[in-house]
Amino acid sequence: MHIPDGFIDLQTSALFAGGSVIGVGAALRGARKELNDKSAPLAGLTAVFIFAVQMLNFPVGAGTSGHLLGGALAAVLVGPWAATLALTVVLLMQAFLFADGGLSAIGLNVFNMAIIGVWVGYGVYLIVKRLLPKRRASIALAGAIGGFISVPAAAFGFVVQYALGGNATFSLTSVLTAMIGTHIVIGIGEALITGLTISAIMASRSDLVYGWKKNETKLVIKEI
Amino acid sequence: MLGNTSTSDSSQNTKLGHKDGHRHDQSHNHGHDVGERLYIHRHSLVHPMPAHLKILAGLFFIIVAVSTSISNWPAFIGYFLLISVVLAIAKLPVKKILSRATIEIPFVLFAFLMPFFGTGERFELFGLSLYREGLLAGAAIIAKGTLGLLVAITLSGSTKAREIIGGLERLHLPNLMVQIATFMLRYVNVVSDEMERMKVARSSRGFEAKGVADWKILAQAAGALFIRSYERGERVHLAMLSRGYLGQMPVMERAAISKLQSAFVFLLPAIALIILISTRVIWSRG
Repeated sequence: MHIPDGFIDLQTSALFAGGSVIGVGAALRGARKELNDKSAPLAGLTAVFIFAVQMLNFPVGAGTSGHLLGGALAAVLVGPWAATLALTVVLLMQAFLFADGGLSAIGLNVFNMAIIGVWVGYGVYLIVKRLLPKRRASIALAGAIGGFISVPAAAFGFVVQYALGGNATFSLTSVLTAMIGTHIVIGIGEALITGLTISAIMASRSDLVYGWKKNETKLVIKEI
Repeated sequence: MLGNTSTSDSSQNTKLGHKDGHRHDQSHNHGHDVGERLYIHRHSLVHPMPAHLKILAGLFFIIVAVSTSISNWPAFIGYFLLISVVLAIAKLPVKKILSRATIEIPFVLFAFLMPFFGTGERFELFGLSLYREGLLAGAAIIAKGTLGLLVAITLSGSTKAREIIGGLERLHLPNLMVQIATFMLRYVNVVSDEMERMKVARSSRGFEAKGVADWKILAQAAGALFIRSYERGERVHLAMLSRGYLGQMPVMERAAISKLQSAFVFLLPAIALIILISTRVIWSRG
């Protein structure tokens, strides 16, 4: 569910569109440096993966179910630069093809989910990873906590946009409590799915996990 | 939304084909990716317009609509008439438009709550005590959101997904993003079919996701999907390099349409602007 047209005024939308352009521009440079010519297919397939996995329903019970948002998961799996690009393209395609999220609100949605969601998730992941012992299980746990924080952080981005240019009459405090409250609950689900998915990938192809790669011990050839 | 299979599209085309006497046209251009499933093939004035101009015109129209105050309500009637005319010219089926519009429902509910909670002036309507400002704001959200939605539906219904990406490229979307979007469009169906097969495999082993306890299995499926997607990305990349890929997709088709004809696209925002200005003038006099 993304912000539609007319929900936030045009000045604020333009402001955040500018912020998104800067953020995505930085991600383009970062991804090129890091992935060079491989960046397009890998970020492309990451975008496909995020889009597909968002359709995978996780039943909560009582007939309701949730799905993954995937910002933190993508950041841990392919790195924050490629994750930002993948999420941005997913949001662009959702707006242009599925009418999910307004065309004039693309900047707002990209800023909240592809920039705040990815980078807060990745930042928290890095901090938690540093605090935890250097073990494989720590990667999944750190990713889970990153996923947990990334969801209310993205919701907070919306609250800031609402405060600056919301075209609705709900008071800021009620929007803040409602948005953060519900998104903490959603964040718990995101944390579980993110952590479980990372640990499943770590079990079979840990070499694909961006957040783990740098920890791997080098092969040492010893004389005997 | 992904349930709009290409079979239902082509059956509708068949029906319309009979009506319009375009039977011979049924067979062409029915893509099979998810993106292309949204495209509704018609012979209209809207369909052949260049995608980048359609995107710009749609965006300008939305900007005009969003910047209109809801108290200027006659303007919104004009906007809705205008976009309905465009939808009619594009020959897009009403049923399909409505089914795609259901994506808006959460925000409509949100807007409906608005008159009941808030501050300021209250008034009575059908025995309900409502807030005037909340009512206006809720109406604005529904009206503007719906207009934006109809523009996006017109765009995706009348333009093939890869043409939309081509249009974004002409509007200077960075090349890397264009490539990512192209990949996404090409492989989204492959990957979602892969996910579907995994689901069938799970069901055939007697698995049924009931609650949080089953999440581990689902997450393992998501993990497997990531690994398969990643490996596919590597394979595809090598295959493309071996075919001489240099970072740019070749342009396969160019719309044969004159500049003058394509300028017609901008009638949409232009008329909207005229509606805005004229209703303002009339309203301020009255």
